[in-house]
Amino acid sequence: MRHTGTFGRFGGFYVAEPLIPALEELESAWIEARDDPEFAGALAGLLRDYAGRPTPLYRSPALSEELGCAVYLKREDLLHGGAHKTNNTLGQGLLAARMGKTRLIAETGAGQHGVATAMIGARLGLDVKIFMGSLDVARQAPNVQRMKLFGAEVIPIDNGSGSLKDAINEAMRYWTEHIRDTFYVFGTAAGPHPYPSIVRDFQRVIGEEIHAQLHAAHGRGPTAVIACVGGGSNAIGAFARFIDEDTALIGVEPGGHGVDTGKHGATLGAGRAGCLHGSISYVLQDAHGQIHEAHSISAGLDYPGVGPEHAHLMASGRAEYISATDDEALDAFAWLSRREGILPALESSHAIAGARRIADRFGPDDVVVINLSGRGDKDLAHAMAALDAREAAR
Amino acid sequence: MRSADNRITAAVRARNAAGQGAFVPFLVIGDPDFETSLVLAKALVQAGADALELGFAFSDPPADGPVIQRADERALAAGITPPRAFDLIEALQKTHAIPVSLLVYYNLVLQFGVDAFYARAAAAGVDAVLVADLPPEHAADAVRAAKRHGVAPVFLASELSPPARLERIAALAEGYVYALARVGVTGEQRAIDPNLAAALERMRAATDLPLLAGFGIGGPAQALAARRAGADGVIVGSAIVRRVADHLDDRPAMIEAVRATAAALADAAHAPIEPKQKSPMPSGAVPC
Repeated sequence: MRHTGTFGRFGGFYVAEPLIPALEELESAWIEARDDPEFAGALAGLLRDYAGRPTPLYRSPALSEELGCAVYLKREDLLHGGAHKTNNTLGQGLLAARMGKTRLIAETGAGQHGVATAMIGARLGLDVKIFMGSLDVARQAPNVQRMKLFGAEVIPIDNGSGSLKDAINEAMRYWTEHIRDTFYVFGTAAGPHPYPSIVRDFQRVIGEEIHAQLHAAHGRGPTAVIACVGGGSNAIGAFARFIDEDTALIGVEPGGHGVDTGKHGATLGAGRAGCLHGSISYVLQDAHGQIHEAHSISAGLDYPGVGPEHAHLMASGRAEYISATDDEALDAFAWLSRREGILPALESSHAIAGARRIADRFGPDDVVVINLSGRGDKDLAHAMAALDAREAAR
Repeated sequence: MRSADNRITAAVRARNAAGQGAFVPFLVIGDPDFETSLVLAKALVQAGADALELGFAFSDPPADGPVIQRADERALAAGITPPRAFDLIEALQKTHAIPVSLLVYYNLVLQFGVDAFYARAAAAGVDAVLVADLPPEHAADAVRAAKRHGVAPVFLASELSPPARLERIAALAEGYVYALARVGVTGEQRAIDPNLAAALERMRAATDLPLLAGFGIGGPAQALAARRAGADGVIVGSAIVRRVADHLDDRPAMIEAVRATAAALADAAHAPIEPKQKSPMPSGAVPC
């Protein structure tokens, strides 16, 4: 490896020996691609014409009123595929093609990353296998149908708890068995080096656009950027441009039933440093290091790990991580739909809920950007049932 | 170098000196429960094991195939923890002076405390520790702790590891080198990887330590094939652990099946073989 992929005391590549040559090959390909104008041009073309970038930066009257300052939504929900995941899969897909790989594999929780991988597989004519916990397959039927329509094979995983972390384990096993012809399209800014850096680089376009669009619309940069954090890819993409500036960076983790109940996914808020899925970061675990299940109403945030760069941003005090409960996220889901006619993903609803929770911090001179990472159509059945159940309980 | 007096190294060398290979069977500690796995470990010794490789169950083992994943799940469900697993090794050492190598994932070491883990391992009678997801680049703390407490740090080497990488592994490793008999996860295979002989030759050029082949040794035929390919011994996991899974309702049958499977594997590993022919492949070649 040319780099250790560490962020402070976090990160690295903690994998078994057979995967090392594959990670080295990926690191080299990525470093070369980064500096190749032809690769950058091909990616920019796809992002613009196929995926619909730039996405709008929309000033939300309802949120501006609620927070008492100018609030903008970065509309990643309008990206092709319905979430920011497409930024990363187009980049990694082109990288795979450049490396001569013939098969893409990916893990998926809510199915958004699986859909985005199946999409680029269809576009580039590559074979695609998606590993998905069997519980998630049942919960996210529309996304499973989309993946299949795009020609991907969806492999349900019954191991362990049948959720995202088990899908990642199984994808890593499959990759270990097929490293010569297979490219693992990692979905979030976690995993072994170089994935956290690759995913951040491909998602960085979110923050770059925020910077340019806000200067055009408002004549200045944001005083705060707020994003939800599961593994942390949309958040690191929104934050990266501003890490060296004095913008407040606020991540919102899934508080589930409440961080003190044990049923949550607030890895940074309640986890301890540990080693999971190839890197050192914060992890939800027991005293001996066995990994706990995460819980969130949002399948896309339901992960007991988190990207190592977020761990470092928190440990160094550069970013702050708060949480929003299932209930608060549901409220935000319904509230934004009602007030703005925008249906946010349950993941992104956590960012809205987090912003509302800390509204009293902001004054009239602040300019807040909330990354609306995805749209909520996929969540309709689940969210409506939860809202109805809550109504009935009252 | 302490490797010369490591009990595992000595046990392998003793077999090799007699023209034989070493047999190192694997179990997950606490599978299917604490007491039974202690009995199973003793059965493996009686069946002819030269050393044992014992696994610490982990909730998320990405280097393991389904057979060992299930074993980890059973052991965790039965309440195994790293402190209890060390207790089992200590109990085993009281009655059987068998060399022991551990197979663990790094998070269990980190949460125990790196130095404390190796200190406890040494006190329990562990001779060597392989951390499956700890490559040499990140192993400084673990190697320092291992050497401080007189435990051999073991590393994986694969046919995809180029010579410079093998040198790096050899510089840190003690006890033996765990030579991957296949590029993949643990689990029985019907045939030995055709690249194994060339890979072992490259490893041999990098280290004087014994080369124990593991991952994918499905039965006596593959054990013999790995020996013929140049391995100094074989490590067999899934083929043995499968017998545990096959007889979960019948402890005596489980113990007998594990013993019988291990005995057949021990015979194959210990069978004298003709000195290995020189491979036609140049030793520096990297199939990739």
